Amino acid sequence: MSTSDVTRDGIRGAHPGREARVGGTGEQRWRPRGQRTAAPEYSPDSYYGLPVLNPPRWAATDIAGYFFLGGLAGGSSVLAAGGHWTNRPGLARPAKLVALGAVSGSVVALVHDLGRPARFLNMLRVFKITSPMSVGSWLLAAYGPAAGAAAITDLTGWFPRIGATATATAAVLGPLVAAYTAALAADTAVPAWHEGHRELPFVFVSSAALAASGASMIAAPTAQTGPARRAAVLAAAGELAATARMERRMGMVAEPYRTGWGGRLMKAAKALTVAGAVGGALLGRRSRVAAGVCGAALLVGSACTRFGVFHAGMESARDPKYTVEPQRARVRERAARAAEENVA
Amino acid sequence: MPTNQFSGPDPHVAASAGHRDAPPRYGFFTDTSVCIGCKACEVACKEWNAIPEDGLELTGMSFDNTGRLGADSWRHVAFVEQRKPLVGPPPDESHRGVDALAAAAQGVTVPEQGGWPAPLVPEQPGRGGDGGSAGDTDLRWLMASDVCKHCTHAACLDVCPTGSLFRTEFGTVVVQEDICNGCGYCVPACPYGVIDQRPDDGRAWKCTLCYDRVGVGMEPACAKACPTDSIQFGELDELRERAAARVEQLHGDGVGSARLYGHDPEDGVGGDGAFFLLLDEPEVYGLPPDPVVTTRDLPRMWAHVGVAAATMLGGLAAMFVGRRS
Ligand code: SF4
Ligand code: SF4
Repeated sequence: MSTSDVTRDGIRGAHPGREARVGGTGEQRWRPRGQRTAAPEYSPDSYYGLPVLNPPRWAATDIAGYFFLGGLAGGSSVLAAGGHWTNRPGLARPAKLVALGAVSGSVVALVHDLGRPARFLNMLRVFKITSPMSVGSWLLAAYGPAAGAAAITDLTGWFPRIGATATATAAVLGPLVAAYTAALAADTAVPAWHEGHRELPFVFVSSAALAASGASMIAAPTAQTGPARRAAVLAAAGELAATARMERRMGMVAEPYRTGWGGRLMKAAKALTVAGAVGGALLGRRSRVAAGVCGAALLVGSACTRFGVFHAGMESARDPKYTVEPQRARVRERAARAAEENVA
Repeated sequence: MPTNQFSGPDPHVAASAGHRDAPPRYGFFTDTSVCIGCKACEVACKEWNAIPEDGLELTGMSFDNTGRLGADSWRHVAFVEQRKPLVGPPPDESHRGVDALAAAAQGVTVPEQGGWPAPLVPEQPGRGGDGGSAGDTDLRWLMASDVCKHCTHAACLDVCPTGSLFRTEFGTVVVQEDICNGCGYCVPACPYGVIDQRPDDGRAWKCTLCYDRVGVGMEPACAKACPTDSIQFGELDELRERAAARVEQLHGDGVGSARLYGHDPEDGVGGDGAFFLLLDEPEVYGLPPDPVVTTRDLPRMWAHVGVAAATMLGGLAAMFVGRRS
């Protein structure tokens, strides 16, 4: 039994046998020759293949769904403001309604995922810039009412000045709502999320713009959806470029974006996005049906991107190699650099 | 003096968190070289902290039936069986591959290298009757009691949106279970896979470094129960000195694989409040070899988020310019 005790003035009665000698006698039997470094050779081991990290307990439908809905809402608010001020009421109204519906859904998903939903308001107990979830909660607390006021004033025709202010506020905060979720995912130890922290915000805003354009192409008359169709083409190009760049920079950690569920969803997202954006640009003006089909493809494609990113992250957290190998490579690199400096 | 740094060394971690006149920082030094794998720490921790039972399955992989740290395992004794000598030169100089039986049959002794005795040396006096110490075989058991590292820069604490996780005056990191709303953000934030949510209860749980005991001048339950003092509790500065001396001693005894883990304030988390002496690579014990607090990169993340959001706003606005359809 331990005999030591800690007091306010430090430790008392430390165990005398605490420095037991390993290997029996304690006599020195092997003496290192030359320069011995404590950092020995690389071994590719893991602890029985168990993960190093605790994978998130988040449910895909809640959290990936939250990413998707937040993006849809944020993007729609910008399109709504555009429609509002360029005299496209047929675009503005449905976009405002979509934004309100989506942000409501995203809050439901977020609360549903809590272990203690009744304590949701504890999110607003503090403001912490170090916690994207805290920043996001406050952002939603500001954006949600603005999106709501924009939609309701548009529907009822009441308080047009308040409606205009709310529309503008939602349009400015919307892109932040769409983008911050990338920091939410990246500010973790999950390799496939953290290593993408530079590009993920661009992937997410592109995906958000695609979803919002898609929803507008479905809901608004074709004569007023020109901006949405053009936005889809731009956002599709942006998403393809950002994803490609992210995967290139990640190295082996990009694997979960190419294999398994993550890979399948990312591939589907790519196909749907390109088809929806190109189809929308070519046919979306002439045919309401084609616009609807292309819009749906964009929406589903955006959802696939979010679920693909989610699953890739989960896979990278579950398999210890994605945690160990890049870190081991860093250690080796540092050792090599130190050795070089020693020689020089 | 309160500072606001996201990474790097911080010698006054409690003061940085706003504690005035904070006591010295306390922590654990877990010296795995004397661990006997008895799991008294796991039991004492469960008892003292009233942690619920979390399954009585056998893993079937080793004597370790706990598996890993989690919401209901705040100490976890890892158990590794290896074909490696315990005492002796680094692997490239070992005698693996020498056919000792063939050599004996020929009546030839295996040449000694560097003072390291050949495998077939006769039993030495005073060594016990087992034909030699563990160091004379090619098999070793590694046992290590893992725990929350109470990081200098704790990602779990940084990302907690409710303020449930906080820094105590002792420099440790503790969850307040009356505030946690089970958002689960801390779980993937921890680079060591320590904190986790209890599914039926919803909230996040982890080692408190026995905040209640330390507060009244007692050492944590695991350290108290450890029969070999593999788990040592004390002031972090003192533990670091003691650990450095212990590594020297083991190297002197020929245990070339002994190394400290988590002791260095210059590492990716600013040094651990609970650090270890290991006998193999960290990943062998299920520990990350070079953990980095994720918030180190947060300023860059926010910058990218800002640029991405501005791009989105500008890009979409530009779609409305000019054309009339
Ligand atoms: S080891 Fe994990 S749970 Fe413990 S303080 Fe560090 S980040 Fe938090
Ligand atoms: S689960 Fe609880 S302790 Fe963990 S980040 Fe959320 S509120 Fe904080």
